[in-house]
Amino acid sequence: MSAATNAAKPVARRGRPSFLQLLVANRLSAFGLVLLVLIAGLALITPWLPLPSPDVTNPADRLMRPMTDGHLLGTDQLGRDLFSRLLWGTRVSIAVGLSATIVAAIFGSAIGLIAGYAGGRTDNIMMRGIDMLMAFPYILLALAIVAVLGPGLLNALYAIAVVNIPFFARNIRGVTLSLARREFVDAAKLSGKGHIRILLSEVLPNVLPVIVITMSTTVGWMILETAGLSFLGLGAQPPQADLGSMLGEGRKVLFNAPHVSIVPGLMIFALVMSINLLGDGIRDVLDPRLKSGALSRPSAATAVRRESVPEMPRETGAALDVRDLKTQFHVGGEVYKAVGGVSFQLNKHECLGLVGESGSGKSVTAMSLLGLVPTPPGRIAGGRVIHEGKDLLEASEAELRRLRGGAFAYVFQDPLSTLHPLFSVGDQITEAIRAHQPLSYREAWKKAVELLSLVRIPNAAERAHSYPHQLSGGMRQRISIAMALANDAEILIADEPTTALDVTVQAQILKLMAALQDEKGSALLFITHDFGVVSEISDRVAVMYAGRIVETGPTDEVLFSPAHPYTRKLIDCVPVLGEPERRLDAIAGLPPAVNRLPEGCAFADRCPHVEAACRKGDIALDDLGPGRAVRCIKPLTAGREEAAQ
Amino acid sequence: MLVYFLKRLAMVVPVLFGLTVIVFLIMAMIPGDAATAILGAYATPENVARINQQLGLDRSLPEQYFIWLGNLLQGDLGRSYSLNRPVLDEVLERFNATLVLAGAALLLCTVFGLLAGIVSAVRQFGWTDRIVTFFVLIGISMPSFWLGLILILVFAVNLRWLPPSGMFAIYGGGGPLDLLAHLILPAVTLAVVATGVIARLTRAAMLEVLRQDYIRTARAKGLTERRVIYRHAFKAALVSVIPVIGIQAGFVLGGAVYIETVFQWPGIGRMLVQAISTRDLLLVQGGVLVVAASYVLFNLLADVAQHLLDPRLKS
Repeated sequence: MSAATNAAKPVARRGRPSFLQLLVANRLSAFGLVLLVLIAGLALITPWLPLPSPDVTNPADRLMRPMTDGHLLGTDQLGRDLFSRLLWGTRVSIAVGLSATIVAAIFGSAIGLIAGYAGGRTDNIMMRGIDMLMAFPYILLALAIVAVLGPGLLNALYAIAVVNIPFFARNIRGVTLSLARREFVDAAKLSGKGHIRILLSEVLPNVLPVIVITMSTTVGWMILETAGLSFLGLGAQPPQADLGSMLGEGRKVLFNAPHVSIVPGLMIFALVMSINLLGDGIRDVLDPRLKSGALSRPSAATAVRRESVPEMPRETGAALDVRDLKTQFHVGGEVYKAVGGVSFQLNKHECLGLVGESGSGKSVTAMSLLGLVPTPPGRIAGGRVIHEGKDLLEASEAELRRLRGGAFAYVFQDPLSTLHPLFSVGDQITEAIRAHQPLSYREAWKKAVELLSLVRIPNAAERAHSYPHQLSGGMRQRISIAMALANDAEILIADEPTTALDVTVQAQILKLMAALQDEKGSALLFITHDFGVVSEISDRVAVMYAGRIVETGPTDEVLFSPAHPYTRKLIDCVPVLGEPERRLDAIAGLPPAVNRLPEGCAFADRCPHVEAACRKGDIALDDLGPGRAVRCIKPLTAGREEAAQ
Repeated sequence: MLVYFLKRLAMVVPVLFGLTVIVFLIMAMIPGDAATAILGAYATPENVARINQQLGLDRSLPEQYFIWLGNLLQGDLGRSYSLNRPVLDEVLERFNATLVLAGAALLLCTVFGLLAGIVSAVRQFGWTDRIVTFFVLIGISMPSFWLGLILILVFAVNLRWLPPSGMFAIYGGGGPLDLLAHLILPAVTLAVVATGVIARLTRAAMLEVLRQDYIRTARAKGLTERRVIYRHAFKAALVSVIPVIGIQAGFVLGGAVYIETVFQWPGIGRMLVQAISTRDLLLVQGGVLVVAASYVLFNLLADVAQHLLDPRLKS
């Protein structure tokens, strides 16, 4: 429920709220709860209300309209008071629906528990039986059962309970199956407890939420279906009446006294709706993963709400000029500053490596350039992205679309999840071409095949018809690269393109990218966490930490004399062939959470050289000779570095 | 593809076999004595024995089943005593009417369910989404037989736009337009619940898919938002919605029981209700069997459609 998630957030912020709190926070399910309590309360106190008997007929007063004296809702064709019959009928309907639910829950859960716990052949046989029951259209099976048992309210109850058993059995079996293999069950077995005791004392309590969820989602159905059987004359028999049989009888006088059938129907509707609303709420609280509204749809382009906009610089000649870029994620009242003011220039024909641990903001930086960060929760909170004298953060969606895949092309990390699984690779490349060039499908396809040969895919014409899942990881990444080359992009942005691949394939892909960049003369922004990869391909590098660039410079210089302690550590993480004695230093500690960045240097907590001054004020990115800069008040020098080791 | 289809078709056989077992067992559990039911309480023991022998009731249960199954395979479902005609003839005739109604309802719920789900997901949290969510909630909480009565009151009695009941007009009817006019109200009523369920699941599936990496790739290629949603996202969402549509076929076929009663549609559902009240159990048996078998085939169709759409399932 959409309103539900919005309303639930303020509560969720304060620690763990109680079940009821969460339920009430969901406005719709709170409404359901109130309505249900109202209806159930009325049904409960019915015997003590000053109402005429529901079964006393009075032919003189038949078919009176609602709001007539003494009859709030009028009378039916036998002159019985409709309001009284409605309340008494509601009692019956609720009682029957609830009983059917309980019967179905008990038998279904028992089957599910036993099948899931026993596993193997028992499980197989039981579940095949359940599958068979589910092969019947639900109501049909109930009809067949009633046909055999004969019409009657109790028989209708059994029939509805039986057809609902499979739902319980399946849900509960699934959970039990995973629980039965867990350590605490093994421990109980070793301690000599019997199977039944284990099921009741160890497994059942853990399965209970699933039983409750299944009950809350099926009880509405069961009330509806028993009412349906009664409506058909197969459930409650006169003089006993539930809401369904009232509706069925009212149908006979539908044309001259519609209220006789409308009123009980309205009550069924209200009852079932209140239960469904409440059931949704219960399900959302007990099993948040199922909450469909929690997934919010990302918009076509990242929202831009800049609090700070730097001056538009004069033409620098760079292919891309990023100034003080800030990207944030707003989740549940927290602000995650994923990118906290990043500036860099990407020159024509050069390769800039953007390096950092996962979570350092390097991917988000790359995605922000063309508004590919999902909103919600992402938003760009400041900065400029300048390309050919224009600020891309001010571009319209149509302009962004022209640049995406046109002047800018992306290659993403995991080609299995980034290629569409249901379209052939040729089709996906063809689509990329046709998005920017006025070619026919056939012409574009021919070009796609040429691109596939260009990225050294054997039998390109044949391979173009393959689907992503039919190709190896390396092949898939070549497809992504071919797609990126489709429109001779000026700027290639490769986001960890080799991370998901094994080492030999990594080397091939790197070589291919370097060769193609050389051939096409495009600029390459290469994002990776691996300094080894950076040293192979990039001319310059920028090291990111906690959303900011901490060091930048020509690759060789940074590699051989890193100035920032973080860069030093990162380089130490790379194993070097032929130097087995070299320490593989994983950096101790974790990067700070970007929603609670400390004052001063974000690396202070993990830095071997930390001082009091490191934790004060904003530390600037200081020049350190031509083309080099570092964000550290005490940059490493060759001498100090030796001392550190 | 053909190989898959044949394989899948072969898998249907044990399911159909299981259906016959369940239907047979349910009917065999009838309390009381079939001979007494036919001959009345004052039958002589000789006559009872003769009837039992005729019906094969003096044999063991498995024997009875295989004799029954053998007859079934030859198209003999027995004779309806209340209608005094072969069960199969009656059932097939009625089933045609049900198929028209259920088919129309399935078409409606698929088209409108998918549309509502997509629009709802695309305009998530917007007023369109709220309206769709609201109607979905109402749709799945409403007794369909009640909705049918209200639609009759409004569109047949008050507005007189559409006929209130039947499949064709009694006088001078019979053309396709006449059928359509009679079909609209029951088909819409029958489709409401299924539309709600499909819309709900489509919305969830679309929202799930729109967060996938390949959607970002589609955007990064510079595709229009319309193409991203209706080509890339919708196709992926459809793969997970199709089995649900297959399941809805079961609810539509079952729901037809109510709707046919409300609109006096001469289908198999109404026949079943009548057969139950006249205790014509052979007719009930035949009707249940045919509808259940058609549900199995609907699910088979859904499966095949899913395979046509998703190349990953082929390997």
